[in-house]
Amino acid sequence: MDLVQLQRQLVDYRTSLYHEGFLDEQFTQLQELQDENNPDFVVEVVSLYFEDSERLLNELSKALEQQIIDFKRIDAHVHQFKGSSSSIGAQRVQRLCIVFRNYCEAQNVEGCLKCLQQVKHEYSIVKTKLESMFQLERQILNAGGSVPV
Amino acid sequence: MVLGIDASSSSLSNKNLSVLVVDDDPLIRMLHDNYLKHFGLKPHVVENGKEAVKLFQLGIYFNLILMDNEMPIMNGVEATKVLRDMGSTSMIVGVTSRGSPSEMQTFMEAGLDFCFEKPLTFDMIDFILKELNMNDDDDDDTNN
Repeated sequence: MDLVQLQRQLVDYRTSLYHEGFLDEQFTQLQELQDENNPDFVVEVVSLYFEDSERLLNELSKALEQQIIDFKRIDAHVHQFKGSSSSIGAQRVQRLCIVFRNYCEAQNVEGCLKCLQQVKHEYSIVKTKLESMFQLERQILNAGGSVPV
Repeated sequence: MVLGIDASSSSLSNKNLSVLVVDDDPLIRMLHDNYLKHFGLKPHVVENGKEAVKLFQLGIYFNLILMDNEMPIMNGVEATKVLRDMGSTSMIVGVTSRGSPSEMQTFMEAGLDFCFEKPLTFDMIDFILKELNMNDDDDDDTNN
């Protein structure tokens, strides 16, 4: 595939992520923060988000396996996950976190468990999509081109 | 190229402003830190309200404090109250992920100058910096 085709593929892919609600304008803000002084900013922030998220999802799974469920603790984790998801523009994950928090407040174990599954699912989708996008960007850079904004 | 930022918030006018970011989430700290650097600022970053209070007690003054609400050890509402009680005149801007009006009101009543919902955007920071620069103009008595 030649450079122009790669660049077009990237733009199309990125646009689809916005259209399908995986990303929102906050992600655009992140891209605007990237410049020559900070050329890998977006990848760094997103990598941090992945690390953070995996830790939080682990904690959530453990917390929901306990005999006595600590809803306050679960709520704190979901709150953090919602915050970081909204900060990188992971819209679907963020919205699910809102629902998750409602179940926490209602102390509804079934609801929480269901939400956890949904959140894990959405998170893994957006992770895969972002990784694919970054891979496309790398291909463009390796082909000697620049990443279209 | 950064869109939507005009000359009054340029790096030059912000060089002398000191900023503190208070948030327990490392991702948010990194994000806000970068936003502010983009405006030519060098923020100091701490992870909870107690750390922010400690800095004040050490006599370190900040023009602007970006304060998260939900944090362990000491949250934003408490930290803001303590800082105001101790006589802090910094501009304190609350940044919270809770959307409920009553939360924001409680936070404002603790002594905030402004309160925004996360995530911060360029426009919000632009606004805050304009307000800061206006307050810093001693002989500016045409603004009400």
